[in-house]
Amino acid sequence: MIQPTTSDAGRPKNLLSLQIDLPDFTLATDEEKAQQIQTRPSVSFMKDAMRRLGRNKLAMLCLFVILLFALIAFITPYFYPYTYSKQDVTASYMRPFQYSQKEIARIENGQSVFPHIMGTDALGRDYAIRVIYGTRISLMVGIFSALIVIIIGILYGSISGYFGGRVDLIMMRIVDIIYALPDVLIVILLSVAIKDMVSMSKNALILRLGPGMISIFLVFGLLYWVGMARQVRGQVLSIKEQEYVLASRAIGAKASRIIRKHMIPNCVSVIIIVAAMQIPSAIFTESFLSFLGLGVSMPMPSLGSLAADARNGLVSYPYLLFFPATSIFLVVLSFNLLGNGLRDAFDPKLRS
Amino acid sequence: MSAKFTGYLLRRFGMALLTIFLVIVITFATMHAIPASPFSSEKAKSDATIAALEAKYGFDKPLPVQFLNYIKGIARFDFGLSTAWVGSTVFGLIRNGFSYSAIIGLCAAVLALLLGLVLGSVSALNRGGIIDQVIQVITIALVSMPSFVLATLFLLFFGLRLKWFPTLGTQPGGLFLPILSLALYPMAYTTRLQRSSMLDVLGQDFIRTARAKGLHWYKVVFKHALKCALIPIVTYAGPMMANILVGSMVVENIFSVPGLGRLFVNSMLRTDYMIIMGITIFLAILIVLMNFLCDILYKVIDPRIQLS
Repeated sequence: MIQPTTSDAGRPKNLLSLQIDLPDFTLATDEEKAQQIQTRPSVSFMKDAMRRLGRNKLAMLCLFVILLFALIAFITPYFYPYTYSKQDVTASYMRPFQYSQKEIARIENGQSVFPHIMGTDALGRDYAIRVIYGTRISLMVGIFSALIVIIIGILYGSISGYFGGRVDLIMMRIVDIIYALPDVLIVILLSVAIKDMVSMSKNALILRLGPGMISIFLVFGLLYWVGMARQVRGQVLSIKEQEYVLASRAIGAKASRIIRKHMIPNCVSVIIIVAAMQIPSAIFTESFLSFLGLGVSMPMPSLGSLAADARNGLVSYPYLLFFPATSIFLVVLSFNLLGNGLRDAFDPKLRS
Repeated sequence: MSAKFTGYLLRRFGMALLTIFLVIVITFATMHAIPASPFSSEKAKSDATIAALEAKYGFDKPLPVQFLNYIKGIARFDFGLSTAWVGSTVFGLIRNGFSYSAIIGLCAAVLALLLGLVLGSVSALNRGGIIDQVIQVITIALVSMPSFVLATLFLLFFGLRLKWFPTLGTQPGGLFLPILSLALYPMAYTTRLQRSSMLDVLGQDFIRTARAKGLHWYKVVFKHALKCALIPIVTYAGPMMANILVGSMVVENIFSVPGLGRLFVNSMLRTDYMIIMGITIFLAILIVLMNFLCDILYKVIDPRIQLS
């Protein structure tokens, strides 16, 4: 908006005056305005990182493998003709794609029999569906424990970093103490204790989850979030002091804008990287507990308990070990490589 | 030793003691929260017998008294009496088991560190080359394999199929496979850590200066680079020992080694909570002390690190 400047036009101007002579200024033409428009569209941090991740072929392959496994694990049980607990003593220890006498008779009668893709186990249960259920448990443990770590870690870390001072000191002392506790030992100990309590429980959900899952979620909620909390706190502390935050405060940005535009994008990378590293360790812990017999409750299979059961008759039926072993290997490998890819994509320090 | 360092040492030691105390509290509370009594599961006993047994083990006293007695006992390496193996002390059983677990754990740790350092350095020096890529692929595969799967595969191939090694830990040479299956994961981890740390150091100015003034490359690598690149490995040594000691629980069962892990699983089956408590606390003390030593060593070898 231009105001007429006639009032002081004739008067000689003080040299030191800061008053602006408006006639010296002209309106920009439309052409000049157009030059100021950014030629490159602005790319948000998330988009940028996602693009970099998309270019990482190995990471995308791993993401695809994980999604494929998840799809198989969560959908197959709805239409698969066998269940994980149905026993058939006449069909025990069958090799992959082998039919039992009873099933051959049924085929000869013209009935169609779905093949045992991975054979059957000692009790004649279809092995493929058991491996699928085991993979499902591994995936669930990995993702839910990462969620627990993300929620508690972000809340704790951001409160500690935001308030600073004495609150921060006390909160971080607690983190130090928890950090020093030998976590895997405590998981094992809790599972031993919870195993006894679960066996007496009548609650269907608790029975289905089993001592291993309950103690893993408990311990992840109690102990494992400290790494995340430390990282988030460090990030919040350092961002608070950055010049660009000061600059945006100076030009009048509200707290909500600073949090939205500076705090969250800068924490997201750390959160994603730490959470991705958490998943393989959770899957390992669950399979380890199941292998010791502290995992899921009985007929429910887990990749760890399948591998443990495969030790009986290992020489004659090695495929009982190979299938769960390959499954856990592929899942953890994919998460590891995807984690590496995420780290490369989201770590701004590596940006070239 | 400066006063500052002594202060740090004392503070860090106090922290370690506090951690051990916390572990004892958690272990004690968890084990006493279990509703089942260790005597109820076996053959039916009269109430008088159970009462007499509880009096013998001190389970009849109020919990705070039991806890105090337990702490006092631990200070004298007395973890109480076993309830499943009558007549044995928990510490005696732990000592027997640990004589195996310690050998396996130490050998696995040394193997993992040595191989990891060599492979990691070789990988970093050949960055982008074929050797580097092969090492990278092998290590990422190894950190994605749980130790019990590796151990079972080794048992099947090297023990049962090829018969190169005995399958029982008590036979001569029988500890080789358990050591190998425990060492591979930390070895792969050390390799990756050493590679990135070495690459970090090699990119720094003082390395370029050393090369520029005409120093031979092996002198640069062994005298300048390696010394700095070793520092992050020291911080991993503590967690690595914890990893190996816990992993040993499963591997010992696969190869039938009469170590701590076997004892732990057998105690679980026979609901001997005194031994479960004893082993947890014993291992926790070991792990906490190991972390303490590594932290101190870390500060000693790197004078640049601030004592906070």
